[in-house]
Amino acid sequence: MADKKFAAYLCAGCGLGEVLDLGTMEKVVKREGKMQVIKRHDVLCSADGVQAIRDDIANEGVTHVLIAGCSRRAKTEAFDFPETAMARANLREGVLWVVAPGTDHDEVRQEMADDYIRMGCAELKKMAVPTGNPNCASNKRILVVGGGMSGLTAAIEAAETGYEVLLVEKEPQLGGWAAKLYKRVPFREPYAEPQDTGLAELIARVEAHPKVRVHLASTLAETAGAPGRFAVKIATESGAVTQEMVGAIVQASGFSTYDLAKLPELGGGLPSVVDQAGLEQLAKAANGGVIQRADGQAVSSVVFVQCAGQRDASGTHLPYCSGHCCATSVKQAMYFKDANPDVDTVVLYTDLRMPGMGEDFYRSAQSKGVIFTKGQVSTVKAAGTGCSVNFRDLILNEEVTLGADLVVLATGQVPNSGVNIDLLAEPAAAEQTPTDEASATPVEPAAALPPSILNLTYRQGPDLPQLKAGLTDSHFICFPYETRRTGIYAAGPVRRPMDMLQATDDATGAALKAIQAVENAALGRAAHPRSGDLSYPIVRLEGCTQCKRCTVECPFGAIDEDERRFPVFNESRCRRCGTCMGACPVRVIAFENYSVDTVGSQIKSLDMPDEFSERPRILLLACENDAYPALDMAGVSRICYSAFVRAIPVRCLGSVNTIWITDALNSGWDGVMLMGCKRGDDYQCHFVKGSELAHYRLSKIDDTLTQLSLETERVASFEVAITDSRRVAALINDYAETIKRIGMSPLKGFN
Amino acid sequence: MTAPIATSQTILVVGGGISGMTAALEAAECGRDVVLVERSPTLGGRTALLYRYFPKMCHPTCGLEINLRRLKANRRVRVLTMTEVAGITGRRGDYQATLKIRPRYVNETCTACGDCSAAVSAEIPNPYNYGLDKIKAAHLPHVMAYPQRYLLDPSIIGTADADQAKAACKVGAIDLEMQEETVQLAVGAVLWATGWRPYDAAKIQPYGYGRFPNVITSVEFERLADPSGPTGGKLLRPSDGKEAKNIAFIQCAGSRDENHLRHCSRICCMATLKQTQYVREALGDTAQSTVYYIDIRSIDRLEDFYQMVQRDATVKFVKSKVARIAQADNGDPILHGVDTEGYHRYATAHDLVVLAIGMEPESNAIALPQDVITDSSGFIEGSPDGGMCGAGSASSPLDVNRSVQSATGAALRAIKVIYQTASEEA
Repeated sequence: MADKKFAAYLCAGCGLGEVLDLGTMEKVVKREGKMQVIKRHDVLCSADGVQAIRDDIANEGVTHVLIAGCSRRAKTEAFDFPETAMARANLREGVLWVVAPGTDHDEVRQEMADDYIRMGCAELKKMAVPTGNPNCASNKRILVVGGGMSGLTAAIEAAETGYEVLLVEKEPQLGGWAAKLYKRVPFREPYAEPQDTGLAELIARVEAHPKVRVHLASTLAETAGAPGRFAVKIATESGAVTQEMVGAIVQASGFSTYDLAKLPELGGGLPSVVDQAGLEQLAKAANGGVIQRADGQAVSSVVFVQCAGQRDASGTHLPYCSGHCCATSVKQAMYFKDANPDVDTVVLYTDLRMPGMGEDFYRSAQSKGVIFTKGQVSTVKAAGTGCSVNFRDLILNEEVTLGADLVVLATGQVPNSGVNIDLLAEPAAAEQTPTDEASATPVEPAAALPPSILNLTYRQGPDLPQLKAGLTDSHFICFPYETRRTGIYAAGPVRRPMDMLQATDDATGAALKAIQAVENAALGRAAHPRSGDLSYPIVRLEGCTQCKRCTVECPFGAIDEDERRFPVFNESRCRRCGTCMGACPVRVIAFENYSVDTVGSQIKSLDMPDEFSERPRILLLACENDAYPALDMAGVSRICYSAFVRAIPVRCLGSVNTIWITDALNSGWDGVMLMGCKRGDDYQCHFVKGSELAHYRLSKIDDTLTQLSLETERVASFEVAITDSRRVAALINDYAETIKRIGMSPLKGFN
Repeated sequence: MTAPIATSQTILVVGGGISGMTAALEAAECGRDVVLVERSPTLGGRTALLYRYFPKMCHPTCGLEINLRRLKANRRVRVLTMTEVAGITGRRGDYQATLKIRPRYVNETCTACGDCSAAVSAEIPNPYNYGLDKIKAAHLPHVMAYPQRYLLDPSIIGTADADQAKAACKVGAIDLEMQEETVQLAVGAVLWATGWRPYDAAKIQPYGYGRFPNVITSVEFERLADPSGPTGGKLLRPSDGKEAKNIAFIQCAGSRDENHLRHCSRICCMATLKQTQYVREALGDTAQSTVYYIDIRSIDRLEDFYQMVQRDATVKFVKSKVARIAQADNGDPILHGVDTEGYHRYATAHDLVVLAIGMEPESNAIALPQDVITDSSGFIEGSPDGGMCGAGSASSPLDVNRSVQSATGAALRAIKVIYQTASEEA
């Protein structure tokens, strides 16, 4: 304690000095905040102002800095003192710009500013400079799971950037689906002819690269650990197991083709009906010559049926479009036309989907004489030696039957995602009532689950969580690589249906993310979205009651359990959202610079007006990702709101420990507002489940309120978006009205 | 200003939209040094001017905030706004870039207090609302602008307005003597994340954009729907300010057309599907959206969004390439064409027409170094030696999600160049 030194710097710029009484604030800082160094500057963010702070750090031994001026989101380049703990009292965006101008509001405005100063001092007292994860590990080898086009690309890109790579492929040879193709669609201009896959060269590069080691006919028997120190057991078919250490994982486990047998109405099972993979096999056998059916008959007419078992809204088949199939059928139609222009080739489609320069490839097929017909196929039946295709011609608006020697069904990609861990989730036994027949139905038996790809030893299950329809995609539009297991990145069609060009791009991006994960893990830094954060959850195990809330609720599966059911924190799997801290009923989890205390002490720091003052105090816990910026932007846009509110940014609503709410109410706060991101299917929570969990925890707060004999309106939560700057102001004002209506808290003055 | 310190180990990223920001951040978070240059006064690019994203209907500024926070926390990225690349010479691992920095007339000491803006009376067409409204000639581009710093439009330099702005600034941030600067930079790899621009709709002569006020583009419609846009989020049509209820969306406006853009711009179908939901959001069941299309390309898992819109009774789909638009006396655009499903002729009046305008590579409007290869539409493939490559929608018509994917991969390609050239030298 002796070597801590606290300093407060008050800024008088941007009109703060003219509108607020900095003298009063200095007194608050000194008497209540007990800051040891107190300075005021006309423009604190100026070179001169910043230098004054730097000098105090260097010469006066200042370790803790309070900046009282603009928002923590502003002037970050100026106020950058990584070696010190820093709190920011938001007097500009949070007070000056949002409290109605004019002397009528001078008193409440000043009170608001004084309170933010108190809160800043209180927070600072409880903060420490994060020292970085002590359990960081620095294995920088990249494991690539899958040796198809995506996996090979990820492997060679990582190796050529200087990283060692371990490639595990379950088949006895590399190549995946690409090895089964006769040709591929072109990747660059001219988009006119099918191209060699280029696979042989790629495999040769991978096999020749000194930094790549390949395990064929192998699978992962176990994956344990965390970024920088994954321990993987690689099993061969013979049962031999080798253990290797890796730092990060690219999962390029690819796809399977949709089962033709599930499409009997489209002729699945007939000898003259193949899927696109089957056609590739025929084309490979023909090798540029006339394509023959499996029975040896030369094909003189072929019909391609697009979207077979795809884009299905009924729930029977694949709900999505696989993206590549239109271009693949166009390419395959060219196989026929290039070998013999007289072969009738018809593509039956509802929407032809060839984005970008694929349009040129489409034009090329048209010029080769491929016929495209907008039609909805109802049935494919055996007819003569071939089959008949019955469809509704959507242009002529009539039923048509077309005969063909061969029908190619453009079926979709089914991701090889392993186990859907949501199906493994422990049934919520306590929630079930004995009469609840429906929920008593057992979940899918384990035998029906596909084999796991990763066999993670994680408490929350053996594979990557799935987004929808078995795809291990990210939920975030701006962040496509954000899988929910840190250091493990899905790439290629396992993530999302895609063509080969996109898969190679995707694999390159995933390789970068894996490299980034090992570099950050070695430095003890967090991954996205708090990238670079050095704080990490510290648990006081002697107080832990083994309730398992943290291990169950962690959105990233970062926390395991040991044999005594104590939580085991894997810091480099952690994303620093604080959901565990919010969950912990005994409050033994904390970050160095963000804890139950850093927020709790702010809540208790206020100079609380009495019950008869008519000046209520409303606590606003605002998610720092969207709600707090929205409040800031209300300030930037000079949208006013009630001066009775005091906002505290939180890392995520999931980090809100309900003790803050009960403490606030017990301390005489008149109301508590929570603002977080949208939850539900289209959730916008940056930490996946944070706002959902906060909502769940709050659903139980009414009991607490009743016990305290308080109105349930005293706690209210809201979903807000970052663009809601007008709305957040309106919500605050409405809530202030609500408090006015129900009256001041009766609990003031009891502490 | 001082030139950033850069070496052959540095990656230059050209363009500060979501692709450029992503490429810069991903590389920096791998421990690489990056210089990120942006032509406009703020980062964010075109995505910052979108109201919502498909398919989640979430807000682009949400991701922008996260990326800006990553940027603020990372010392390895040096950002230069109002900066263009005037030329690049050299080869992979050893480039000399010449940058031109336009004067902002406001230096780093700006606190974004807004006093200069209040002191200025001149207004200019607001570039962040595609010129649909006006903005003060001394302004912060928008509330999410980064750097959070005002600028003076060159049009007021030498006028009394500029002097008033200078006088109003209490921190001495306004420097009316600022001149264009040229800076030389040594870098090892270059990523072109120059993005796209909406195709010039006036070139699609039969649609009357520019002649008929109620024919607008999809990017302009984003601004109309945005509560922070020129109409406060109300769908008011330009001719008479009347609320538009019956809105036509014309797909492939400029795209898939050898007379205009030969490629499919990929995003327009999903953008229109999304925009039909803006109409529903604004008008509820009284909304009427009609989508004139050739193929609906809601590719891969975005299909369920299309199915959701198909179930929406306020949205109608007509398979037709609209032939031409005429204007009725009351300002209503009248669409003429043939519905190819059943071959009916139609002449249908709407309140407002939104052209789902195609993506043209922005690089068509800038001089690229000679060894950067583009395809016939102008999308960037890169230099043959791999030292320069495209990222995001500069390389192909891509949506936001795929642009970020592309930019992440591009970041690795740049790191690879740096790694390989460094080890060759060693």
